[in-house]
Amino acid sequence: MNDTYPAGGPDRLDLHIKGKFYRAASGGRLHVLGELSIAVANGEVAAIVGPSGCGKTTLLRIIVGLDKEFEGSVQLPAHGRLGIVFQEPRLLPWRTVEENVRLAAPHVSDAALSTLFATLGLSEHGRHYPGELSLGLARRVALARALAVEPDLLVLDEPFVSLDDALAARLRGELVELVSRRPVTTLLVTHDVDEAIAVADRIFLLSASPARLLAEVPIERPRATRTAEQLAALRTAIERSGDPR
Amino acid sequence: MNSLVRVASIVLLLAAWFAGSHALGARLLPEPQTVGLAILQEARSGALAFNLGITLARVAVSFVIAMVLGTMLGLAMGRVALFDRLVDSWLVVLLNLPALVIIVLAYVWAGLTETAAIAAVALNKLPVATVTVREGARALDHMLDEMAAVFRMSPWVRLRHVVLPQLAPYLAAAARSGLSLVWKIVLIVELLGRPNGVGFQIGVAFQLFDVTRILAYALAFIAVMLAIETFLVQPLERHLSRWRTRPA
Repeated sequence: MNDTYPAGGPDRLDLHIKGKFYRAASGGRLHVLGELSIAVANGEVAAIVGPSGCGKTTLLRIIVGLDKEFEGSVQLPAHGRLGIVFQEPRLLPWRTVEENVRLAAPHVSDAALSTLFATLGLSEHGRHYPGELSLGLARRVALARALAVEPDLLVLDEPFVSLDDALAARLRGELVELVSRRPVTTLLVTHDVDEAIAVADRIFLLSASPARLLAEVPIERPRATRTAEQLAALRTAIERSGDPR
Repeated sequence: MNSLVRVASIVLLLAAWFAGSHALGARLLPEPQTVGLAILQEARSGALAFNLGITLARVAVSFVIAMVLGTMLGLAMGRVALFDRLVDSWLVVLLNLPALVIIVLAYVWAGLTETAAIAAVALNKLPVATVTVREGARALDHMLDEMAAVFRMSPWVRLRHVVLPQLAPYLAAAARSGLSLVWKIVLIVELLGRPNGVGFQIGVAFQLFDVTRILAYALAFIAVMLAIETFLVQPLERHLSRWRTRPA
C-alpha cells in the first residue's frame, strides 16, 4: 500500500501521497490528506505552510515513519537519519539536558556538542533537568538534540509556537545560523507565513483539509541578503496564490 | 522535632508492652528485657544469624523472581491489549487464590524442597506486582515513545532510559508492598515445610509455647527489614526521583 525507502536513495526528500484517511469514531472515513507531492533538495530548507488543522502534522508523521497507514511513498535523503523537533519539547524529564542529547545522538563528539550548546545558549544548562528549564530553553534542547544526530533530514513541527515574539525571533535566528553553517535538508512546518519566509528556501502552501498543494514558492535570494521590501512582496505573492490562513 | 516524636512513639510502645506484660503475665507476654536477652542469647549461639540469613536469602530470591517476572508480564499486558485479555483471567484466579493453597499445592506437587518453597512465595507475590506494573505500563507516555522511535534509540536504551524511569513509582510501590508480603509468606512456607529459617524457629517455639522466642525472632527480623527499608529502599527512591523539582 505504501513504500518507504529509508536508505540508499538520492540525496533529497521525495514524498508522494495519494491519500490519507482516518477512520472516524462514527464509522465513516475522514479525508485528511489529498494527493500531493513534495521534493526537497539536499541542504535545502523547505517550509510547509497551511492553516491550522489542515493535516500538516499528519504529513510530518508520515515522513518520519510514525504513521504508516497511507497511500503513497516516502523517500528519505541519503541514510535516512532523522532529527526531529516536535511541537512539545518531548525531553526525558529524568535525564539531564546533556544526557537527553547524548541518548539520541550517542556518537556526538564532545567538541561538536559544546559548540552546539554554545550556539544555542545551553552551555550553562548541561547538567540541569528539563523540569528546571523554561519552555524556550527546553525548545533549544530539543533543537540541539535534533541537530546533534547530524541528521540527513531535520524535521521541525511548529517549533516556535507559544513563545513570545522576541524569543521566537531569536530562536529562529539561531536555527538559520545553524543550518547555514552546516547545511542540512530541513522541513519546517508552520502556520506562520512570516516565519516560513524568514527561514526557508522553498515554501509549500497547503490548502485546508483534505490538504492539497496550492503552490510551491522557491525563494531564490540567500537568507542573509533578503530585505524587508522583498519579503513583503513575497508575502503578498504568497497570500494571493493561496491565502493559506 | 521529628526524630523526637519518633523516639517518644517507640518509648510509648515499650511502655505499653511493659504494662501489657504485667497485666497478662510473663508467660503470655514476656517483658521487653526478657525478649531482648533472648535475642542476645540466640545471637551468641549463632542460631539467630543463621536463621535470619536463610530466611533473608529466601525473601531475596523469591522477591527478585516475582519482581522480574511481574515487571515483564505487567509491561506486556499494559502494552498489548490482546495479551492482556488472554492473561487477565489467570491473573484474577492467582490474585484470589489463598497463599496457603498455593504453598500446600507447591509442596504436594514438588515435594518439601527449596524450589517448591521459593516458587510458592514468588507465585503469591507475582500477581500483585504484575497488576501494579500493568497500571504503570498503561500510563506510559506515547509521545516519548514516538520521540525514541524517530531517533532510532536501541531497544535497550528505550527500556533503560524511556520506559523504566516512567515505571519507577509503580515499581517502588510494588517493591514496598511486595517486600512485606514476601517475608510474611516466607515465614509460613518455612513453618510448613522447611527445616530452618525464622518461620521454622517460630513453629518450634509455638509447639513449646515459648512466646519469648517467638517475639525474639519476629523482632529481630523486623529490625532487619527496617534496616533494608532505611538503608536500601529509601536512598534508592531518593536517587530515582532526583530529577523531580522540589519546593525550595
